[in-house]
Amino acid sequence: MNIVVCVKYVPDAQGDRGFEAGDSTTDREGVEGRLSELDEYAVEEALKIVEAGEGEVTVLTVGPAGAADAIKKALQMGAHAGVHVSDEAIAGSDAIATSLVLAKAVAKIGETTSVDLVLTGMASTDAVMSVVPAMLAERLGLPQVTYASELAVDGSVVTIRRDGDASTQTITSSLPALVSVTDQINEPRYPSFKGIMSAKKKPVATWGIADLGIDPAQVGLGAAWTAVETVTARPPRAAGEVVKDEGDGGLRLADYLVGHKLV
Amino acid sequence: MSEVLVLVDHVDGVVRKTTTEMLTIAGRIGEPSAVFVGAGFDAAREVLARFGAAKVYRIESAEVTDHLVAPTAEALAQLVERTAPTAVLIASSAEGKEVAARLAIKTGSGLITDAVEVGDDLTTTQSVFAGSYTVRARVTTGTPIITVKPNSATPVEAAGAAADELFEPVISDAAKAVTITATTPRARSGRPELTEAAIVVSGGRGTGGDFAAVEAFADAVGAAVGASRAAVDAGWYPHANQVGQTGKTVSPQLYVANGISGAIQHRAGMQTAKTIVAVNKDDEAPIFELVDFGVVGDLFAVLPQATDAIEKSKG
Ligand SMILES: Cc1cc2nc3c(=O)[nH]c(=O)nc-3n(C[C@H](O)[C@H](O)[C@H](O)COP(=O)(O)OP(=O)(O)OC[C@H]3O[C@@H](n4cnc5c(N)ncnc54)[C@H](O)[C@@H]3O)c2cc1C
Ligand SMILES: Nc1ncnc2c1ncn2[C@@H]1O[C@H](COP(=O)(O)O)[C@@H](O)[C@H]1O
Repeated sequence: MNIVVCVKYVPDAQGDRGFEAGDSTTDREGVEGRLSELDEYAVEEALKIVEAGEGEVTVLTVGPAGAADAIKKALQMGAHAGVHVSDEAIAGSDAIATSLVLAKAVAKIGETTSVDLVLTGMASTDAVMSVVPAMLAERLGLPQVTYASELAVDGSVVTIRRDGDASTQTITSSLPALVSVTDQINEPRYPSFKGIMSAKKKPVATWGIADLGIDPAQVGLGAAWTAVETVTARPPRAAGEVVKDEGDGGLRLADYLVGHKLV
Repeated sequence: MSEVLVLVDHVDGVVRKTTTEMLTIAGRIGEPSAVFVGAGFDAAREVLARFGAAKVYRIESAEVTDHLVAPTAEALAQLVERTAPTAVLIASSAEGKEVAARLAIKTGSGLITDAVEVGDDLTTTQSVFAGSYTVRARVTTGTPIITVKPNSATPVEAAGAAADELFEPVISDAAKAVTITATTPRARSGRPELTEAAIVVSGGRGTGGDFAAVEAFADAVGAAVGASRAAVDAGWYPHANQVGQTGKTVSPQLYVANGISGAIQHRAGMQTAKTIVAVNKDDEAPIFELVDFGVVGDLFAVLPQATDAIEKSKG
């Protein structure tokens, strides 16, 4: 069973995230980047599946030069190979263009090995749109099995548990399929020393959009089907009042809420 | 006047408030047409009419309802083709966004997710990076597809005919590949829906697993109950109640955080609340950087006292 895991390189959530001055795209230079924490769950799940059976895990990222770090981390965790799609033309791509690049890259990986499962995170920690997995499934024509908080593969059938808004569902599909996983599914491992050493020897392919047969006009900021008009920093919240409980903390809380007509 | 399609968010015909908000937005943009997928239309019809739905496209086919996301997107794409709407509005739930994502690709249309406001000219407002920026944007290609967060408009009653038509979409085999084999409805708490509630009262690791004080306070003020991921991971509260990056995003009038430190991932889900109040033992907890009012103290002392006082003030 061969698995492709889509991982994203994102600005660290702990840093001071912001926008590029000129073009309202996410500032990817100003802060430390890292493998999106939510994609570590997908990497972990892929490793568990192949460890219980056989096959290889390929991690795929679309992003700037620094995104190689995200691949490196996944290889250190135990993934077998990496594919980094990087191209000037991709900068500023929205989810629609990103899903196009990912789809073409998965298809190209599929030219040399079988791809039984495509795994993704539930959302990227920077954009948090949670739309790339559905778009990718649509583009690849793969069954979409998303928000898995449990996952089981049995022969050529995948079954997941999906905790929805109103209910918990059990969902099944035949393979190949695209599955996105939540942060409830497992506890991602830390790279071992051995993992870190062996990662250096693992193969990483770097592709540009020409390798994928994508026209530069289909990607990047210029190809976006939406346009940002303005970006405004939210004014910092005015400092509030903090009181120490001297036995009357609950009364003061009630006074505040009632006095401000909040309850 | 041109149609605006609104995908009805409902549970067995019980229409969620977001739908009435979307109908109101749709009424400002054009003529609201509701798209109702699943069972329970008879129960939903009155609400859809009351909030201005001129038409309702009813989709009941098991080909759509037994399978996840993809058939709904196919059905909507066929309706977009047929009605050439001004826009398509979908609730910003996990599933809503997935339907919207596939619809955008199918129809070659721009997609805006998580709008907290939609203008009459279809410009949208979004709140990004844990609420630290406000972005105004618009769709420039195709049919604007916009997913709308709860509380994005004040629902305004406007009588609509809600003339219904059974719509029978053609569903591809590929879209039927994913089957929902079991559905367990979430136990109802009797409290307001977390994402729609005007007040949310949350508990974190500081509850030590005892949510009684948090729940009693929530009930005194008619609030929904939320939880931090630490509380959910410990098994103290259901994941459906988690607030934050990997849980729900809430934007209530009032958010009360109890025994929650205020980690960035938690803030991501509550920072846009109008008023923020916290109770925490530690005067250096980061949550106090956000609050309008905070009490440094033990939640097991502060909350019951506040609950009593509020009950009394109601008389
Ligand atoms: C990828 C990722 C996604 C995440 N998503 C989410 C998310 O969606 N939602 C979320 O909440 N977190 C999320 N987290 C976790 C987040 O980083 C924090 O670990 C979590 O929010 C901490 O929960 P807490 O505040 O309840 O616990 P703690 O940080 O342990 O804080 C407990 C607080 O309770 C106070 N306290 C203790 N006893 C009392 C008492 N008796 N009375 C009053 N106060 C008391 C303490 O002073 C402390 O401030 C995520 C993390 C990652 C890496
Ligand atoms: N640039 C990217 N490269 C690789 N995978 C991505 C990229 N963007 C998004 N993804 C995948 O899609 C998931 C959801 O992302 P998003 O829709 O941006 O919230 C992530 O968890 C990743 O698995």
